[in-house]
Amino acid sequence: MSTTQWGAALTMPVSEERDHIQGPAEAAVTLVEYGDYECPYCGAAYPIIKELQSRMGERLRFVFRNFPITTSHPHAEQAAESAEAAAIQGSFWQMHDLLYENQRRLRASDLRDYAESLALDVERFDREMAEHAHATRVREDFMSGVRSGVNGTPTFYINGARHDDSYDIETMLAALERAAA
Amino acid sequence: MTNASVERATPLPAGTRAPEFELRSTPDQTVSLAEFRGRPLILVFYPEDWSPVCSDQLALYQELLPEFQRVDAELVGISVDGVWCHLAFAKDRNLHFPLLADFEPKGEVARAYRVYRTKDGTSERALYVIDANGVVQWSYVSPVGVNPGADGILRALENLGKE
Repeated sequence: MSTTQWGAALTMPVSEERDHIQGPAEAAVTLVEYGDYECPYCGAAYPIIKELQSRMGERLRFVFRNFPITTSHPHAEQAAESAEAAAIQGSFWQMHDLLYENQRRLRASDLRDYAESLALDVERFDREMAEHAHATRVREDFMSGVRSGVNGTPTFYINGARHDDSYDIETMLAALERAAA
Repeated sequence: MTNASVERATPLPAGTRAPEFELRSTPDQTVSLAEFRGRPLILVFYPEDWSPVCSDQLALYQELLPEFQRVDAELVGISVDGVWCHLAFAKDRNLHFPLLADFEPKGEVARAYRVYRTKDGTSERALYVIDANGVVQWSYVSPVGVNPGADGILRALENLGKE
């Protein structure tokens, strides 16, 4: 359903320093996703994003921000924190991909296995997970989403404007191309 | 989408004294508006327990309870569903705020707040922020199929603090 009458916009601008980004800063169009690792709709969007990236190449900059809804998804918060723990060790996107490819296996022991498989410093990973070292960052993402009008996941922003249409490949590609033009 | 669902009610505007109510939240407990005097109250009218949009919307508010509590605001949900239905829904969805049953006479409170949908027999998806003195400070009716999110509520609560 189209809900364009809202016209919600991204309140926290994309930051090359802070955000997790794929694609060049000078790309023609920036796509921001607010996502939850345990949300099946985000799981369905995951290969769509990959396809968009492969079709648009360097013309697309993709940004992922956390929006775990723990009320519905009990493993979403720890999964988000694990991706941030991996990010500190330079492996955010590898962990992000593993989480979406294994959405039904997000227990603490699973996350640890993924950290091991990425050859992270697992001791450090364990410590940061136990201390919830990245909870503040995850919450910051979450609140920036709330203030930008995220009402569920996934929610996308194209060049800062909320994409209220369907996120199937053709609709997304058309919207991105329009924004890039 | 039918025309009926496009038409939206006009809620009570800011400055209106919020209509009193007393509704059951559990089989043996009631909640009244008067109990919230002295604190801001977020009143969330939603069409029905279990419907997909309602579930997402209320899950989001559950996540935001700490933000609401930070400004001492309380949150309650209201629909025409009965208390046993509310209890099962809240338990299944991990909702830890009161869900009030506007059940008998059906929709009476929704009518008083001008957000009843006679044709559907449910309320609109409507948000009210009521200040510590029981006066409406902000109201909003969302299209029934659209989750209004929480940015409007947070902004309204911040504006309360400025007065």
